[in-house]
Amino acid sequence: MSVVASSPAAGRRPAPRSRLQRFLTSSIGLKLIMAFSGVFLSLFALGHMLGNLQAYQGAEALDAYGALLHKEPALLWGVRLGLLGLVGMHIFAYLALTRRNNTARPKGYRQRKWRESSYASRSMTLTGPLLLAFIVYHILHLTTGTVHPDYEEGAVYHNLVTGLGGVNGLIYIAAMAMLAFHLWHGVWSMMLTLGLPEGRYGSLGRTVATIFTILVTVGFATVPLAVLTGVLHL
Amino acid sequence: MELKSNVPPGPLETKWTQHKFDMKLINPANKRKYSVIVVGSGLAGASAAASLAELGYQVSCFCYQDSPRRAHSIAAQGGINAAKNYQNDGDSVQRLFYDTIKGGDFRAREANVHRLAEVSVNIIDQCVAQGVPFAREYSGLLANRSFGGAQVSRTFYARGQTGQQLLLGAYQALERQVGLGAVKMYTRHEMQQVVKVEGKARGIVVRNLETGEIESHAADAVILATGGYGTVFYLATYAKGANCTAIWRAYKKGAAFANPCYTQIHPTCIPVTGDHQSKLTLMSESLRNDGRIWVPKARGDKRAPDQIPEDERDYYLERKYPAFGNLSPRDISSRAAKEVCDEGRGVGKTGFGVYLDFADAINRLGVDTIRERYGNLFDMYERITDEDPYKSPMRIYPASHYTMGGLWVDYHLMSTIEGLFVLGEANFSDHGANRLGASALMQGLADGYFVIPYTLGNYFGTVRTFDKVGIDHPAFQEARAEVAERSKRLLGINGDRTADDFHRELGKIMWNYSGMGRSEEGLKKALVELPALKEEFWKGVRVPGTDGEINQSLEKAGRVADLIELGQLLCLDALERRESCGAHFREEYQTPDHEARRDDENFCHVAAWEYTGEDSTPVRHVEPLTFENVHLQTRSYK
Amino acid sequence: MAGHGEEKLLNLTLNVWRQRNRGDAGRFETYKDEARDISTDMSFLEMLDVVNERLIKSGREPIAFDHDCREGICGQCGVVVNGSPHGPRKATTACQLHMRSFQDGDSLTIEPWRASAFPVVKDLMVDRSAFDRIVAAGGYISVRTGNAPEANNIPVPKYDADLSMDAAACIGCGACVAACPNASAMLFVAAKAEHLNLLPQGAPEKDSRVLAMIDQADGEGFGNCTNHGECEAVCPKEISMAFIARLNRDYLKASLKRPRASAAAGGAG
Repeated sequence: MSVVASSPAAGRRPAPRSRLQRFLTSSIGLKLIMAFSGVFLSLFALGHMLGNLQAYQGAEALDAYGALLHKEPALLWGVRLGLLGLVGMHIFAYLALTRRNNTARPKGYRQRKWRESSYASRSMTLTGPLLLAFIVYHILHLTTGTVHPDYEEGAVYHNLVTGLGGVNGLIYIAAMAMLAFHLWHGVWSMMLTLGLPEGRYGSLGRTVATIFTILVTVGFATVPLAVLTGVLHL
Repeated sequence: MELKSNVPPGPLETKWTQHKFDMKLINPANKRKYSVIVVGSGLAGASAAASLAELGYQVSCFCYQDSPRRAHSIAAQGGINAAKNYQNDGDSVQRLFYDTIKGGDFRAREANVHRLAEVSVNIIDQCVAQGVPFAREYSGLLANRSFGGAQVSRTFYARGQTGQQLLLGAYQALERQVGLGAVKMYTRHEMQQVVKVEGKARGIVVRNLETGEIESHAADAVILATGGYGTVFYLATYAKGANCTAIWRAYKKGAAFANPCYTQIHPTCIPVTGDHQSKLTLMSESLRNDGRIWVPKARGDKRAPDQIPEDERDYYLERKYPAFGNLSPRDISSRAAKEVCDEGRGVGKTGFGVYLDFADAINRLGVDTIRERYGNLFDMYERITDEDPYKSPMRIYPASHYTMGGLWVDYHLMSTIEGLFVLGEANFSDHGANRLGASALMQGLADGYFVIPYTLGNYFGTVRTFDKVGIDHPAFQEARAEVAERSKRLLGINGDRTADDFHRELGKIMWNYSGMGRSEEGLKKALVELPALKEEFWKGVRVPGTDGEINQSLEKAGRVADLIELGQLLCLDALERRESCGAHFREEYQTPDHEARRDDENFCHVAAWEYTGEDSTPVRHVEPLTFENVHLQTRSYK
Repeated sequence: MAGHGEEKLLNLTLNVWRQRNRGDAGRFETYKDEARDISTDMSFLEMLDVVNERLIKSGREPIAFDHDCREGICGQCGVVVNGSPHGPRKATTACQLHMRSFQDGDSLTIEPWRASAFPVVKDLMVDRSAFDRIVAAGGYISVRTGNAPEANNIPVPKYDADLSMDAAACIGCGACVAACPNASAMLFVAAKAEHLNLLPQGAPEKDSRVLAMIDQADGEGFGNCTNHGECEAVCPKEISMAFIARLNRDYLKASLKRPRASAAAGGAG
């Protein structure tokens, strides 16, 4: 007889867990982790970009800046581990969210029309892993010098100019284009996730995201561009 | 059959209060021993199911939609009345009572209406506490607007979506009980039969619309809150799925059907465009606060509205009813629209339409104010008609909107079947021959939140112990067999017309002979055509598919079959009521200026029909109406 | 009439998803003869009515689709038309979408909502009971019938009441889920939760409400919101994503607070 499938039971709700567990497994909790780590990673990107601009003051200035950063190994490693942690959080949230999203619609539509989402928003799951690959390359290239044929410890300016010529420079510029997509949606999305926009949605958050993205990515991209065009040279 | 109203003694003002004290109570620990079935999840059903579950009864609730939140109460736009007198404009329980009795043309039970007016104030409190976002003044206090048939501002509203917000309030309360396990909710289930054991309603048989399974559900009492039967006119402001099946099957099991001829035609709906039309859309009556209704003075004037100068326009409601003007009651406004269209002065392609013009209001208040008040309605009008009402006047025409008639109930809302209670639009109780705007929401919630929790307890307390009735009881088996047999029959006809096709034809007959104007001749014609239609239906309908799956054609066919039968009863009732009152307008009974002429000497009563078998004429019983607190007078809105 | 486009007749090609029941794999079927002479004055669902009448008369099974009020408020209708939930028109449900939005010769692909939390039950009908369960989990104010204070004792600033009403306008149709690239129900949850959270009456249960509703939505198998904005674009009631931002904020606040010791859900009946 008639116990009915459609009779709602509270059965599908997850069992009670600790607050932390709940936060770490809930969709908004994961989003908040994504946004929180995103805020610091974005700020790091901004700082990194500003640091890079010292290349225009010449080798001395840049190398001195590099030396300054290495002055206190404890601090340096603290920051590095912190960044690693943030990237870890970002990746953890990405994996958890994406796994769930991939099962939420097992059968897709034959036809699809996008009305408001952007290419940037829909490509986050692509630009994210690609950026990760780029960062690994970048560290091996300009931090450890592992894949840099002409790497000199401590000679930041030299490494930069010799490392960003030719195809490498193009790779860096392409990566910045990717970063632009990622940041443009990411920064706006992060503000929304942190609950910032008041009233009717959109304009302010979008404007902030656009300005920030242009600032960071253009700032970054000028360096390889300057190397490629010979503005920066040994 | 005896119609005992069970109205308690004592002065009108204290009847309900005293009666609440006199009624029997069930001890909290014993409440969980009683079970109740609620059919329907609109304002009346959801509020009843939630309130009864809160008290501790075991509640099962059924709806045919995919969620209880879809019930058609959700479509009510304008508002809900309550005698709060927040506006300091002279409102009171007494005035709301009087307006409702008068609006119903003195054909409702005084005691019921007074109770309704009394609890109206509690409804607003309840809904605000539930989080219904009613419109507010800048002070943060509640705002009001005016509605037809009243000279005070007592209507509370939530933009043009008051019904939606009230229903969501009740739905949330219901879902809360579902979550707590106190209500078992059955969606996509349609009631097919009331099951009676030893004279008492003890359960229902339903069809699970997803699997086709015919299920039995037993309980100690059954509540029907299944809405009205206005889809008997086919084109109506009702939901497409709205039907009379639950109340009609109950009628056939012995519940008397009261005043079926009291059907309300709402004056402001978007006119019909063509044969494909599947329903009519209401434009809230609240629009009449700021819109002016007019037609050209000359017949057949086909000029565009802005080409017709002021002195060639006939603002006929303002002319005929200067005191209430565009806010005259619905029945009067609808008939006035029909009258000018019948004279050949109607507007639009079909000539069945009148203008509802906001030009003056826009000039006076500015387009922004109008947009704030009615923006969503204007947008809806534009979507449907492709015309911009900010620029040219709306075209409107009356349409079937509400049915005051319904299953007969006593003061306790119990029908003539013991243990079968009927709430909201499905009963006949509070609106007499015409319902005022913003009163349907009030009645649905009054019945569900504030009446049935008391009267059901009294019923349980009176019966005390119910014999155990299981779903294997012969009465259930018989009902299941009947239902299965009927589906088989419908599926087996394999004719050449669809159920919708028959429904459209039924609608035409009903609208032509039993719509806004009725005559003996027309009704008699209808009473010949309807049985013929019924016969034709059972020979010629085509229902594809099987009964073991989702089969929307089968659902429709079952509903249409019942509506055809109900149409006959409606016409019979209209024929027998040889007077005009409220929405029931018999052309033979009118004053020289075309107003309804009541016959209080012979028809100051409720007519309740008793089913006597498939091929025999039902019996008309009478419950006399006595008015001790109001003076019977000719309704005047001049 | 002023501004009124004249009625035209359209000949269309429909590609419609047909699926017998939950278990059936389903497939697209094409209807051409049945979709001839469609008046531009018809609503989209009236067009389907006409097609169905023709199917029945020729002895075939009509297309099952959900609908009820046909005035854009009950939320029961909803199909994806050419990749857009409820079709191409802004702020319009399928029942209020009119055929004048289409051209003669158009080919229309008609699909059900697609989400694992909304299983297809037949053709274009889906099971949206997950929404009811989300409301049952916490989308209410725990007030029993009868113990409400006088309505005007709780003043609500007009701005808050209006904002709450913007959220409360949600009709629960599920288009947000259907449109979301992740099949997330966040706009629905946000609308329901924020409607109540914005009002003083809803404040006492704010924290438990958002936690419980999100738990339920996650448990139902909806995806996560990644702020694409498709939901907002197709919402027939134009509910703003700003409510999602509010919900996120309320969720963060609720997560940071130490839960009180008292019983969570409030007294049963």
